[in-house]
Amino acid sequence: MTALAKLWRTTAFRVTLVNLFVISLFAFLAFGNVAWNARRAVDNEIASTIDAEIAGLAEQYNQGGLPRLIDVVQRRASQPGASLYLITNFAGQKLAGNITALAAGALQRPGVVETFYQAADDADRPRGRALVRVIVLPNGFRVVVGRDVVDRDRLISATRNAFAWSLFIVAIVGGGAGLLITRRVLRRVDSMNHAAHRIMEGNVGERLPVVGSGDEFDRLAINLNSMLDRIGDLMTGLQHVSDNIAHDLKTPLTRLRNRAEEALRTAATPDDYRRAIESCIEESDNLIRIFNALLTIARLESGQGQAAATDFDAADVIRDVVELYEPIAEEAGVELLVEAPPSLPLRASRELVGQALANLIDNAIKYGKPEPASDAEAAATADTPRISVSAAPGGKGGVEFVVADHGSGIPEADRERVVLRFERLEAARTKSGFGLGLSLAAAVAKLHHGELRLEDNRPGLKVRFIVPDAPGG
Amino acid sequence: MLPGMKILVIEDDRAAVEYLVKAFREAGHAADPATDGLAGYGMATDGSYDVLVVDRMLPKMDGLSLIRSLREQGSETPVLILSALGQVDDRVKGLRAGGDDYLPKPYAFSELLARVEALGRRKTTAAKGEETTLTVGDLTLDRLARRVTRGGQEIVLQPREFRLLEFLMQHAGQVVTRTMLLEGVWDYHFDPQTNVIDVHVSRLRAKIDRGADRPLLQTVRGAGYMIRDGSR
Repeated sequence: MTALAKLWRTTAFRVTLVNLFVISLFAFLAFGNVAWNARRAVDNEIASTIDAEIAGLAEQYNQGGLPRLIDVVQRRASQPGASLYLITNFAGQKLAGNITALAAGALQRPGVVETFYQAADDADRPRGRALVRVIVLPNGFRVVVGRDVVDRDRLISATRNAFAWSLFIVAIVGGGAGLLITRRVLRRVDSMNHAAHRIMEGNVGERLPVVGSGDEFDRLAINLNSMLDRIGDLMTGLQHVSDNIAHDLKTPLTRLRNRAEEALRTAATPDDYRRAIESCIEESDNLIRIFNALLTIARLESGQGQAAATDFDAADVIRDVVELYEPIAEEAGVELLVEAPPSLPLRASRELVGQALANLIDNAIKYGKPEPASDAEAAATADTPRISVSAAPGGKGGVEFVVADHGSGIPEADRERVVLRFERLEAARTKSGFGLGLSLAAAVAKLHHGELRLEDNRPGLKVRFIVPDAPGG
Repeated sequence: MLPGMKILVIEDDRAAVEYLVKAFREAGHAADPATDGLAGYGMATDGSYDVLVVDRMLPKMDGLSLIRSLREQGSETPVLILSALGQVDDRVKGLRAGGDDYLPKPYAFSELLARVEALGRRKTTAAKGEETTLTVGDLTLDRLARRVTRGGQEIVLQPREFRLLEFLMQHAGQVVTRTMLLEGVWDYHFDPQTNVIDVHVSRLRAKIDRGADRPLLQTVRGAGYMIRDGSR
């Protein structure tokens, strides 16, 4: 595409051209209006001058008849000035005056008319234009009084020139400005296009240029950049997940395979086989659970499940979930404390909020026990470790759930990481679980436009799970 | 053992359908396969099946339309929907179309079997749902008085334990999976990653089977739990 064709295709350039055309059209109309009005004003003036002269001549005629009229006309005609005079007899022959001929038919027309004339004193002079009035005397003689309109024409042409120049300047300046703007726009768009091309070529870290002027291109670039960031996050997440899936599914798969192989090698009795197969089934059930959890997280992150919002009592949910986990907390030697108002209405997905809370409490039970450094310390902190679970109205509607334990907590540097799928702290790898609990809770929070915040409970971990009310209902 | 049921499996994956039919037969049921929606619909309309297992994505007629059409025809055969879509709203859509239960893929066959059997015996279960007293062996649960006795001895249960036992006794003689318990007793459909249900069940077992020579509440390995009177 040539530069010109490219220029022509830009919206900015086309808008400029259309603007120029419209401005020219208006300028043209304005000029026409001014010229027409000016001409009419001048014509009226000339007509009244002519009428005044005719009134004067009529007086002379009334006093001295035709000879006197001819005499006066001859005298006036010989004076320098613009007035034109002509007296003809009934046959149209000139008797007196400073013009020789009028355009054909002009003598017959009544009123003030515009016509050509030929000056009497200089036959070589080109024909002039004049406004004339023809008076017919009773004997068929005619008196013509007129004025040359060269001044009027000069005025009009001066006006026209002024307009033409203005228009010319407007066109140059407007066109130039349009061109500059267009080129600037083109430059911005081109640089964005180049950046986009580089991104498409696989340079995913590249971002669209933002010049900082805050104009519409900057705003567009900022939005597109945050879109790219989001896509980048998703891609990194995906990458990360596939890496981790490969790793974390290999472990149970290997275990499964080993068990089957071992049974084949060592099992002697049907009972041995049965036990081996049962443990294989258990292992594959685990795999299915991991898959189900992964699929749930993936669907939540893709933004599905919003339709499932219902009105429910968050206080009931938190009490139910705590009650659900109470026995295993007790087995683990942990006490669960609930703090919630009698009723706490929330509009969200009850199922997902319940599931997220279950995961958070499950995590707290698994990892939230203080790990005493020595027996002496253990004796000193002989109290049952506590996990406090609470629900309270959130800031802008909705509910804020808090699950706080007194375990070893999560170092600040790792807090972002542990929310990712399959991410677990080194210390946690020895315990059961898949490392999906926090990811799921975070995905639930995100789906509800809420938040999952990990904080320091000094000591321990405090998880804030904020769920705003879903719209509607 | 309870008498076998007649099950129709409508699923387009041939390997899966063969496996399911075989597995249902081994579990003591009669099972027929159908590999597309129209064929399945034709077979289902004769009304002789106790339970339909319907995949959501089917060629020729999708699972939900099939169920809707059956329901419009007045068929009340229980339907279990199998689906790769496991979200809450997918479940709601499936149940709204007339499905009775919903199992997301991938699933364990033991889970499917337990649910299909529960559906097939739904009429019995529903009848039990109206009875005021449930009995298994010498264990009796009185719903009105909210009282549980074993061999005449009263057993004190927490409200949740009572509901757990009630649910198990409604399904007496059937395998009840952990997720079925979570759904039936707590009304949640998610998978509790740890053995929360097991702990609740073992607490209940400790209360009802303590000191008894014949335990009633049994663990079915790889599947779930069953309450039954083992002497018969």
